[in-house]
Amino acid sequence: MNWIVSPLEIKPDHRERIGPKAYSLSLMAREGFKIPDTLFLTVDAYNAFVNAGGLRERILLELNRKKFKDMRWEEIWDCATRIRNIFLKKQIPEPLNSYLTQKIQSRFTGKTLAVRSSAPDEDASGSSFAGLHESFVNVRGTSSILDHIRLVWASLWSDAALLYRQEIGLDVEKSAMAVVLQETVTGNRSGVIFSQNPNDETQVIIESVYGLNQGLVDGRIEPDRWILDRDKKTVLSHTPAQREHWMIPAEHGVETAPLPEDLSRRPPLSSKEAVGICDLAYRAEELFKAPQDVEWTIKNDTLYVLQSRPITTLSPGETQDKRAWYLSLHRSVENLKALRATIEETLIPEMSKTAKELAEQNITVLSHRQLGDEVRRRQKINQHWVNTYWEEFIPYAHGIRLFGQYYNDALRPDDPYEFMNLLTQTKMASLERNQLMEDLASMVRKDRHLFGRLKAGKLLGLGSEFEEKVNQFIEKFGDLSCAVTGGTECATDTRPLFKLLLEMAVNPSSLASRKNPKDALLLQQRFIDCFQGSKRKQAEELLDLARSSYRLRDDDNIYLGKIEAQLLSAVKEAKSRVESFERRGTHKSELDDLKSVIQDLDYGTDNRKASVRKDQYGVKINPRQLIGQPAGPGLSKGIARVVRQHLDLQDFKHSEILVCDAVDPNMTFIIPLAAGVVERRGGMLIHGAIIAREYGLPCVTGIPDATSLIHTGDEITVDGYLGIVTISKGNKM
Amino acid sequence: MAHYQDIKEQIRKLFANQKLAVLSTHHSGQPYASLVAFVGKKDLKEIFFITSRTTRKFANLSADPRVAILINSSLNMESDFHDAVSVTALGNAKEIHGAEKDEFLRLYLTKHPYLEAFATSPTCAVVGVTITTYVMVKNFQQVMELHIDQ
Repeated sequence: MNWIVSPLEIKPDHRERIGPKAYSLSLMAREGFKIPDTLFLTVDAYNAFVNAGGLRERILLELNRKKFKDMRWEEIWDCATRIRNIFLKKQIPEPLNSYLTQKIQSRFTGKTLAVRSSAPDEDASGSSFAGLHESFVNVRGTSSILDHIRLVWASLWSDAALLYRQEIGLDVEKSAMAVVLQETVTGNRSGVIFSQNPNDETQVIIESVYGLNQGLVDGRIEPDRWILDRDKKTVLSHTPAQREHWMIPAEHGVETAPLPEDLSRRPPLSSKEAVGICDLAYRAEELFKAPQDVEWTIKNDTLYVLQSRPITTLSPGETQDKRAWYLSLHRSVENLKALRATIEETLIPEMSKTAKELAEQNITVLSHRQLGDEVRRRQKINQHWVNTYWEEFIPYAHGIRLFGQYYNDALRPDDPYEFMNLLTQTKMASLERNQLMEDLASMVRKDRHLFGRLKAGKLLGLGSEFEEKVNQFIEKFGDLSCAVTGGTECATDTRPLFKLLLEMAVNPSSLASRKNPKDALLLQQRFIDCFQGSKRKQAEELLDLARSSYRLRDDDNIYLGKIEAQLLSAVKEAKSRVESFERRGTHKSELDDLKSVIQDLDYGTDNRKASVRKDQYGVKINPRQLIGQPAGPGLSKGIARVVRQHLDLQDFKHSEILVCDAVDPNMTFIIPLAAGVVERRGGMLIHGAIIAREYGLPCVTGIPDATSLIHTGDEITVDGYLGIVTISKGNKM
Repeated sequence: MAHYQDIKEQIRKLFANQKLAVLSTHHSGQPYASLVAFVGKKDLKEIFFITSRTTRKFANLSADPRVAILINSSLNMESDFHDAVSVTALGNAKEIHGAEKDEFLRLYLTKHPYLEAFATSPTCAVVGVTITTYVMVKNFQQVMELHIDQ
């Protein structure tokens, strides 16, 4: 068992135990290339870690809760987060720990290290794994180095790595990870060279920045770019960057800092140096017999190779894999900050303004033709905002995930979702709506006359104060009969709002008081105390960003709902005109246009039917225990209310368990009545899970076919700790 | 005496080498069998397992604590008929709490570390079965009983 080897000890049969990245470095060292002082951790070290204390089985239990192909990206992210947390919490077992400690201390005394991934199955795949696994630069101190080794190991199980291996057909359960430990060379200029331009085989490309390479590699610092003639080694073009920042070593890790002015005025490389780097890449190309993508850095005029890998080019007709897309699932703080500014300062005010303008327009005075045009106009407006929702609002939810990882790295909690406690109790529109409903229900509860009239369906003479408050509520949030916020009278013969208020009046909710704000404050303090100096400011900023991201995750649907409600109201007016003429049996050609407009719009519902529990041979199948994701801790038993369409909500009774395909913030007004939430759609950060956590309700998400396997009226138990729903009929078989 | 020691050792070996046992309970006379990840005490007086309180097995043993537990070393091969050893333990089950529970959890997680999230969930119960009799079957049909003095 060889846990650590040095570059000069490497033999060809080591390749599959240290991965191609490490193997290439060892060959370069042997050929006299200047590489930083380096050691390799073989996959044997990784295996010793995961085989101890049942870790491998824990990972596989986590990963096999559900078929991988049935998991949404959010669920894969959740799964990866839980696995990462297991790696963070688990100590490296003896004797591996002592062995690594001794080797690191004796080889790299007082030095900071780069801890890089090197995945052996990159060879088997024939695909590039660039950027897929984690690497860290400028890691200081043995215990921190050991920590980062675990993080590199854990990145084998990141969402992007899991998705990519699945796509290219690698068995992730058989994958392992080697690690490159490299002395940090604090180069003052760094870069990447492609010895052959993937798009033009006569050219070479060099990209270069001041400082460390990290900023260039992760796209945060714009590089200067040179294109050279591959044969003549002459510079064909130089595209300077707007040189404003560089990446430099911090006390721990690296940081982006303003570039000194004298450096910002001149390119990081001279033409002569560019040609020198070209020579280096050609030597690498000759060694590996293929065009290379080489990362390099220059310190005190010495050129170091950090890594070299073959350029992966696509043969004609080959489809591009989705690695870049998987990597784009993670957003940087800078990117999210910019997104926040756009959303908060531009998009939300615009959405509110649009909804208000549409609401103020009197559509009843429009001619039939004008109304048809107006419906189309509103449809376009609505579609524009739906697109904006997907393009801008959805990616912004990554703010929650980014914070989650930051929090877990700092505090290493037992529960990888502890960080959510810092985000709850932010002022969300859905919570404001629910509080207003609770206020109205409280009025009904205290006033027997009012209660009696509502119960008898007498909606006149309810008292001016109550009526005024109800009207204010409807103006802001609609009468709850529509699947969108702000919609009214989608149900013509019922009064969902009053039905729910009566149910709430009889059963006052104690849910709002279940959470303790003091706990959240203590947790916040504990989090902030983990950081000092500029890191503390960064932590506070990230928390603020995550809170805004969390709030908008819910609010955006409410704003979107208000716009859709205005489309709906125009459709309603159109429908009523068509129906009125049809009732009278008259035909008016102007109405044909309105008819076709209405037909074009389809407000769908969850068409999943309750499953038939008996097959043609009379064999009955009953689901007994269904496994999903634990998305809100707690245990509760109650009668299931399966909600397939919005109007099912009005029949919701106190203490029932909401079972639905996908919870939307436009339907979460019934949550204060619910005893638990079960959702087909999976994820810890979906709306159902967010609102359940706000009210301290048990919640299980990601149960495939939840709405067809569970029937309204079934007695079910929601175990929000283990992510299990049990359907019981007493204890009978 | 040597015979007793031999049987005890074989049971201890099964405790150490086998991860799963078959638990038998009943509901109104209808037998019900289920698999459990178990731990047995060295003195053979108790066998423990963990179950969610929402399961049938937990409801059954809460109504009638008499249970049977089968542990065996078969490998799903022909040679099992002469080579495998099975033991059926008979006893009374009850949920355990407090210090005894903590001690058991330590033993359980040493044997089944991958089940930590399950074992420590507030919805799960630690069940201890006080064993009165072991029935050991080996060499296909040789059956010996071991009665435990509690």
